[in-house]
Amino acid sequence: MNTMNPTVTSEADMPEETLIPLQEERPAETVIEEGKTVGIPFADDPKFRLRNVEVFYGEERAIKNISLDIGRNEVIAFIGPSGCGKSTFLRCLNRMNDSIDICRVKGQLMLDQDDIYHTKRDVVELRARVGMVFQKPNPFPKSIYDNVAYGPRIHGLANRKSDLDEIVESSLRKAGLWDEVKDRLDATATGMSGGQQQRLCIARAIAVSPEVILMDEPCSALDPIATAKVEELIAEMSESYTIVIVTHSMQQAARVSNRTAYFHLGHLVEVNETDKVFTSPEHELTESYITGRFG
Amino acid sequence: MQTANLLPLVLVLAVVAYLLAYSRSRAVAEPIGGIRNLKSLPFYYAARASLWCAIPALLVLAAWAGFEAKVIQAIVISSLPSELAPDSAGRASLLLSQISNIASGRLSPEFAPDGVVAAAELLETLRAQSKTFMTILVLLIAVLGASFAWTRVAPHVNAREKVEKTLLRIFFVCAAIAILTTLGIVFSVIMETFRFFQHIPFWDFITGTSWSPQMALRADQVGAEGAFGVIPLFTGTLLISVIALLVAVPTGLLSAIYLSEYASKRVRSVAKPLLEMLAGVPTVVYGFFAALTVAPFIREVAEAVGLAASSQSALAAGLVMGIMIIPFISSLSDDVINAVPQTMRDGSLALGATQSETMKKVIFPAALPGIMGGILLAASRAIGETMIVVMAAGLAANLTLNPLDTVTTVTVQIVTLLVGDQEFDSPKTLSAFALGMLLFVVTLLLNVIALKIVRKYREQYD
Repeated sequence: MNTMNPTVTSEADMPEETLIPLQEERPAETVIEEGKTVGIPFADDPKFRLRNVEVFYGEERAIKNISLDIGRNEVIAFIGPSGCGKSTFLRCLNRMNDSIDICRVKGQLMLDQDDIYHTKRDVVELRARVGMVFQKPNPFPKSIYDNVAYGPRIHGLANRKSDLDEIVESSLRKAGLWDEVKDRLDATATGMSGGQQQRLCIARAIAVSPEVILMDEPCSALDPIATAKVEELIAEMSESYTIVIVTHSMQQAARVSNRTAYFHLGHLVEVNETDKVFTSPEHELTESYITGRFG
Repeated sequence: MQTANLLPLVLVLAVVAYLLAYSRSRAVAEPIGGIRNLKSLPFYYAARASLWCAIPALLVLAAWAGFEAKVIQAIVISSLPSELAPDSAGRASLLLSQISNIASGRLSPEFAPDGVVAAAELLETLRAQSKTFMTILVLLIAVLGASFAWTRVAPHVNAREKVEKTLLRIFFVCAAIAILTTLGIVFSVIMETFRFFQHIPFWDFITGTSWSPQMALRADQVGAEGAFGVIPLFTGTLLISVIALLVAVPTGLLSAIYLSEYASKRVRSVAKPLLEMLAGVPTVVYGFFAALTVAPFIREVAEAVGLAASSQSALAAGLVMGIMIIPFISSLSDDVINAVPQTMRDGSLALGATQSETMKKVIFPAALPGIMGGILLAASRAIGETMIVVMAAGLAANLTLNPLDTVTTVTVQIVTLLVGDQEFDSPKTLSAFALGMLLFVVTLLLNVIALKIVRKYREQYD
């Protein structure tokens, strides 16, 4: 739960009908049937087509047989208690798990027609298409300009300085940061506020014109006002990008996403329209989680 | 009692004071409802008692040990009959050594005048009295200090505050020792340096291009004019250091990058300690290696390609010195590169950068200030290194930039000047201090410049 979020005072904010009386015991884990996801996990002509995905950390199975489609220009939110595997699953989508030695990924993961984990897949090209924003703002200790220009430079997107200037400006505009920083593009990025830094990281990701943007709890280190700005930005960006967002704030999931996926102990328990997940969840684990019984 | 025995005794007393105060503080706490009603924990009362016991006693002990000899000597000298009283400081010290030799029985009293024999007896008695008195005084102070602290074990006394303040002062003294020592070294060198410049003009020293410090000791000696120009020495130092850094910086840096970013855990766990072992090899051993293996090899190779090379060369010394300082650069750079947060790497990789692009454009700039620090440390090691140069580069002060020639360095010259018989009024010996001073100033300047550079980058990348 994101305690910094101002709109969250308690779980009592949840619609009345989702409140169910406390039970003696927590729902047993046996209610999860491996590989079975209730709701609507699949879509026609998806951006990502993920089938029977399993992730191992050494011997431990962190993701257990998950199948999911992520639609084009969809905002999908991953929610679930800590350690449920949602970040791990997210990081499979642009292979950020590769840097962890003991991590193995099984199953079929397709981005459009391309196999993400194909042995000959060029990770550089994949990550240019699937950008990522992290939990903690991580601008490079360079100038604001150089931060945004970093991606375009390494991918050779600009032939001239003027092209690069244009990319930097349009990315900063899309991230809603241009007016705040246009007079100090040479200032170092680490001197900005946390919210500005995070929007700079979003601008940096946009600058390489990705098709998908993955966000791993992008607001958990931000204050309420900065959070509101980033959420606004997500809503605007959803017109041009597919967005996958991991969040601990159910309010945030409710505000920004079209569909919500609920993860539990490495299983994908339920995927449904966001409204439905928060008003009448199909699975009892989802219901327990959103009513604040655990997580 | 001997000072050496007194010291452990005071420490034992301090431990006793600690234990007593500890149990007393618990006893005091008992009737008022436990130690939570004391202002401080029992540990602090106990620590305070042992500090009170040890510190004043040790201070008195140190002061006594420092002044004892001087005071006794002054008393002994003034006791001498007027016809024996020394008229100069030199005579006084001569007389004193005679007296103390008689007192210790190394010199038979029959050869000395009566007054001196009497003085020797006086010396003996004074020493014995001083020892007894010192022992009593120090133990008394220790006991008094401990008793004072004992009376101050009370619920309302905040012993923690006092102990922490005392510790703070002890820390300060420790920090001051390093600074004072540096200052002391500088001053002792400055004095001799001034004396040197009374013989040789400063500008001749700084701008002279010939170094041959042989001075005529007797008027009839020939062929020893003495020339004190430091330029050949500093050129030699510079030449060897530059060669060493040319070897060490790329090797060290690239191995650090490999170890921190690319090497698997297993390779790293083996390679890093091995690399650091290089730093533990004594420089004399590097010297063997340079003189017996590298220098002849260089000469053979040079001759094979038709170059003239002497059997001792700047190149040999520089190469081996470079190998010696690799671990400074690689180990420090490795630490600094590892300290760059993982989020930076993730951020760059997630934008589609390759590992090498990430290294070049993100990690390396962020780590640069630390890497500069490592290089600086290595450079000062190279400039100050003596042993390898003595063994592999020779002693001839040639003014040359040819790495195949024999050269010598400032440190090597200091060593040769101060080995063997010395005359502290000859410029030959004194020039060693001037060289030392100059070397100190040069390395200091180097440090300042490097710090400036580091700070500039830090503003940019932090």
